[in-house]
Amino acid sequence: MRLDYPTNVKITKVPCTGRVDDLLILKAFESGVDGVYLAGCLEGECHFLKGNLRAKQRVQYVKGLLEEVGLGGDRLEMYNMSAAQGQRFAEVAREMTEKVRALGPSPVKKKVKDYRTASLKVEG
Amino acid sequence: MIVGNRKPLEEILGMIKPYKRLLLLGCNECVTVCSVGGEREVGVLASELRLWSAKEGQDLEIREHTIERQCDHEYIDQIRSFVDEYEVILSMACGAGVQYVADKYPTRPVLPAINTTFLGVTLEQGVWSERCQGGGTCILDQTGGICPITRCAKSLLNGPCGGSSNGKCEVDKETDCGWQLIVDRLKELGQLDQYEEIMPIKDWSTSRDGGPRKRVREDSRL
Repeated sequence: MRLDYPTNVKITKVPCTGRVDDLLILKAFESGVDGVYLAGCLEGECHFLKGNLRAKQRVQYVKGLLEEVGLGGDRLEMYNMSAAQGQRFAEVAREMTEKVRALGPSPVKKKVKDYRTASLKVEG
Repeated sequence: MIVGNRKPLEEILGMIKPYKRLLLLGCNECVTVCSVGGEREVGVLASELRLWSAKEGQDLEIREHTIERQCDHEYIDQIRSFVDEYEVILSMACGAGVQYVADKYPTRPVLPAINTTFLGVTLEQGVWSERCQGGGTCILDQTGGICPITRCAKSLLNGPCGGSSNGKCEVDKETDCGWQLIVDRLKELGQLDQYEEIMPIKDWSTSRDGGPRKRVREDSRL
């Protein structure tokens, strides 16, 4: 298809959105990203039955955590699309980019000090 | 297991306000099973605190550490080598754990990150329910294995009150009437005659009313 989508979107591949847990999303924000979205399969079409539905619930939960912290839950979203919907993938990338751009840069950008000996590297 | 709820971040931030170096201590037992204070939750709270401090421009150093149990001194001793590097310990264990850690490290303030709520069971993944209040004189043999002290909002011992309606409690329409459950179960067991027996007034001195309880098993002592 050779579709264009904004270059600021960095992809972290996971076998299923059900793999994405709270901490993975929070670590992405700690690494300085302005927003995170999950691109899961269409509801009802998860290869692992409920992975995308679990991800949806986790996204809701982490939105609450982000509100608590003061980053705002709007910086995190869940989208659903099939592997055949390349057009939709590009559209979502543009939509989320615009949304996050409107929210402005993350207030924690590049300020997080990591005192831990081991950390999970999330591209962002 | 002991079940609890994470305190709101705002309350935790209020507690840790005077400190810059924090040891966030998780517990691998009950609070891990009820997803409130294990290694994973320690990671999430630490991440929240780091994000908050970075956003606010505050300098906050957090060390994440989870021990097997915070209610046994041999595990609490495991943090002795580095505990002095931190100004405060924020414990994600139940109230017993928080107090025992505080007892072992008298020079360090130990703060609770969770509200300990009840002794309960896992109904399903993510859902926990209260089952025991540690009354000290168990009567489950007489009540079909259902505790009226815990399951009845009024802890009645001889049948339901007038607030029982269609098997539900007047306190909350989602909550089963404990005595309805007991009667149904006794019927199923063919032991409804147990219900006829009047239970005497409970001796609450074996419960909390007798003050803090202690158990000693002499043959186990070293």
